[in-house]
Amino acid sequence: METESLHIPDNDHYRELKKFIEEHRNTPGPLIQVLHKAQGIFGYLPKEVQFFVARELNIPFSKVYGVVTFYNFFRTEPIGKHVINVCLGTACHVKGAKDVIDAIKKELNIEVGSTTEDKFFTLSTARCFGACGLAPVMVIDEEVYGRLSPQKVINIIKDFKKAETN
Amino acid sequence: MSFYRMHIIIPMDEEAVEHGAIEVKRELSELIEKNNLKDEVKVIETGPVGVVGKGVVMIIYPERLYYYNVKPSDVKEIFEEHIVKGRIVKRIEHDYGEKRAGKIVDYKTVGLTREQKRVVLDRCSIINTLDMEEVIAKGGYSAIEKIISEKIKPEEIIEEVKNSGLRGRGGAGFPTGLKWDFTRRTPGDEKYLICNADEGEPGTYKDRLILEGDPHKLIEAMIIGGYAVGAEKGYIYIRGEYQLSIERTQKAIDDARKFNLLGKNILESGINFDIEIKKGAGAYVCGEETALIESLEGKRGQPRKKPPYPVNKGLWEKPTAVNNVETLANIPAIIINGANWFKNLGAVNSSGTKVFTILGHVEYPGLVEVEMGTPLKDIINIYGGGVKKGKKFKAALIGGAAGVFLSEKLLNVSMDYESLKENKAVLGSGAILVMDEDTSIPEILFSILKFFAHESCGQCSPCRIGTRHLVDLIYKIKNGEGTEKDLDMMLKIVETMKETSFCPLGQSVIMPVKSALTNFKEDFIKILNKKNNEEVLNA
Repeated sequence: METESLHIPDNDHYRELKKFIEEHRNTPGPLIQVLHKAQGIFGYLPKEVQFFVARELNIPFSKVYGVVTFYNFFRTEPIGKHVINVCLGTACHVKGAKDVIDAIKKELNIEVGSTTEDKFFTLSTARCFGACGLAPVMVIDEEVYGRLSPQKVINIIKDFKKAETN
Repeated sequence: MSFYRMHIIIPMDEEAVEHGAIEVKRELSELIEKNNLKDEVKVIETGPVGVVGKGVVMIIYPERLYYYNVKPSDVKEIFEEHIVKGRIVKRIEHDYGEKRAGKIVDYKTVGLTREQKRVVLDRCSIINTLDMEEVIAKGGYSAIEKIISEKIKPEEIIEEVKNSGLRGRGGAGFPTGLKWDFTRRTPGDEKYLICNADEGEPGTYKDRLILEGDPHKLIEAMIIGGYAVGAEKGYIYIRGEYQLSIERTQKAIDDARKFNLLGKNILESGINFDIEIKKGAGAYVCGEETALIESLEGKRGQPRKKPPYPVNKGLWEKPTAVNNVETLANIPAIIINGANWFKNLGAVNSSGTKVFTILGHVEYPGLVEVEMGTPLKDIINIYGGGVKKGKKFKAALIGGAAGVFLSEKLLNVSMDYESLKENKAVLGSGAILVMDEDTSIPEILFSILKFFAHESCGQCSPCRIGTRHLVDLIYKIKNGEGTEKDLDMMLKIVETMKETSFCPLGQSVIMPVKSALTNFKEDFIKILNKKNNEEVLNA
């Protein structure tokens, strides 16, 4: 990988990340916490950011890439303005999570793991959120929506769109 | 201290916050303030009460009336009618807790229901567990006080925990005292205590309620554990998704430091101990203790070869004890009340209580803490309110994805380590997923196997390849294209995986597969060759 040729811009985002890395450099095993911070700043972890982290922590790029791709939480692709995460855990499955996800797919005309053309929604799935009592559940951004039905989901999505146009 | 004529409890959990619990509390406090009632009426924010699917809950004492689905716009009416005039606002859903919520919620309720036995959750939803003074008044940190004032030695603590019979609540059921003893005996001046709060077993959220509901209990337990094993540093590894848990636990840690309950020379006893939270990044396999340690070190969470076990070589190669949240939450009560008290709770070889989460097709999904050995059918029928809409019970999946499908025949089984083992089942994390007569077991198994295929870390081939093949086979079977041979192949794969997989993830896939294929065989048989038969008939 031609990491050397990657251009790392000098902007506030990178400065903020650098400051965090400086503060955590001496705590043992800082990589995952640094990546959490980086994703918080950039929204996802593109190649440049991973390279920057590797260089600043003085570890191989391959190690950073290996960790990023291992955990569900880290993303390497940009995402829409809102991320819809539908739980497919057992409790949600029993209560009809599949119907929920089919309804979203149809409403937004996208597949799981992709983003709508207008970059407004990204559809993703997750394992259990630990909100099984509310099954079936989805999380949009950081908010939990429970006791879903196909109709209810479509209404929620419409509300989001409405809020945007207003 | 003032005397209040009325206490109003607003339990906060993610669901309540989502439905505006913070606004409700603010609005109510403002009204009380404005009307000069703050010496008469006290508003208390507590941890989760255990009611699920009812939005913001408000409990008014002394009458112990529960209001459900309270909206910020309802607050004014509740204030004017109930709090000022003492009249119940009938428009808003409410009851006295016995009728429905009481079955799950109110641990004091007797009569209609059996009492819950709360050891781990004793302070949840009674006091504001983030207020240090309330926590201390309700027995918080008294176990530490006892250890310091009576000069109890680490060895004596370990002995007490051993005698109590406490076993790990995360799934494996390993005796906690023994784990601590091994860690203590391993030579080394640097040791660690890790609390495993990477609760990822589908259908389980007991640890989340402890972290949100009473983080000080966990902190107290970790101080004791650290002192017992000889560790001065503890980590809590929390799932990244549990945002509220992380915030509340962090606040509790900060407060404990202010009171010198964490840090150097705790309460001038010479004990040093501090705790740091580490955020997980979402990988089921990190619930396995060596994978969790790898992840804590900032690496891919792939399990290590055992031995050496973490008690000998754990975090940074130092002796490390890894304990589940619920396991640790039992410790303070054991120190205060003694090993014998704990041993008298529960069943043979399964001391104490267990927090169960009841889910799926039941009237009242939620969580309940009862003594080990409580029959499964009581948990489902009494606390869970029975199968939803009066339908017939079909199956219960016990212990999460790596759990076991039980049929009606086993409804009488006692929920403890030994009785379940006799019936080829496991307690696991304590999740009970109830399925009604309309549920398709092959469909559920398909969802579980997809989960395993996704979460297999890929390190060893039996698990990586085995889980993939199982998904293909069950997909074929559920679509009516399977044959008898496919069923045999599934069993053969899971048995091979049990023998050869590197870690418990691959080894435990046999649990759901074998139990589904054995206890619900007819469900599979009747859809075999279905497509072919139909084609023949249509020809």
